[in-house]
Amino acid sequence: MGLQVVLFWIIAIILVGAALLMVSLRNIVHSALALIVLFAMAAGIYLLLNAEFIAIVQILIYAGAVTILVLFALMLTRTNNLLTNSNPNNKQWWLAAIISTVVGVAIIFAATLSPYSTASGGSGTAYGATAACSLPPDNVVYIGQLLYSPTCYSYVLPFEIASLVLLVAIVGAIVIGRED
Amino acid sequence: MLTLNHFLVLGAILFCIGLYGALAKRNAIAVLMGIEIMLNAVNVTMIGFSFFNKVKPYSTYLTGQIFAIFIITVAAAEAAVALAMIISIYRKRSTVDVGEINMMKW
Repeated sequence: MGLQVVLFWIIAIILVGAALLMVSLRNIVHSALALIVLFAMAAGIYLLLNAEFIAIVQILIYAGAVTILVLFALMLTRTNNLLTNSNPNNKQWWLAAIISTVVGVAIIFAATLSPYSTASGGSGTAYGATAACSLPPDNVVYIGQLLYSPTCYSYVLPFEIASLVLLVAIVGAIVIGRED
Repeated sequence: MLTLNHFLVLGAILFCIGLYGALAKRNAIAVLMGIEIMLNAVNVTMIGFSFFNKVKPYSTYLTGQIFAIFIITVAAAEAAVALAMIISIYRKRSTVDVGEINMMKW
């Protein structure tokens, strides 16, 4: 077993354990803290898959911004039984367990049947230079070129639409959350 | 030896746990956290597909990783708007229990 496999199993076990803690802890602040562990471990998975840029973005946006936002929302919506049971299940939790188990078994069954599922030994970097522009050696550089460069094949238009989505979301959040 | 299957199964397990959290929780913020887990599971799957680059036109343009970046963007926007809605509802109804938020029920 190589180092990659050992790291994968360690990270995957902590990841699934943090997710289970998040849905099972009684105190909702503790489950928000378990969420931070989950996001950090997901960043570890991305590093294992040679996606350095997405790992950094994951740490910055998810472990940094989203969990702080969640903790602020928890502070602003004070529940009276925070320590005893502030993260309760509803009456249909058994139905939710059955549905999620069925969905999971179906996904795993379908994924195992796929001819690509036994693929191994990838690199995570793009291979094959395109006609318009040559391939930079670095993954992060290539992602930057794909997102911004207007000269060769790139995702400039989706990127602009994403910035519009973010703008609308910020304005919407301010309008909805405003006290009047 | 790591194969694509490892990452697909990991993503599927995470997705299920997130689905359970989103369906079974009463606190609206816990529902939102379940949705965040589901989005992360999709990201794990996407980047797994991007790593095991078997389909050449897709791997040339790193489609999986770019897709993951856009998913992260949309998830951040979604979290901001949803938390603003939850705080606004809390201000009017002083509850975040999704079972009691039934203003649009007829």
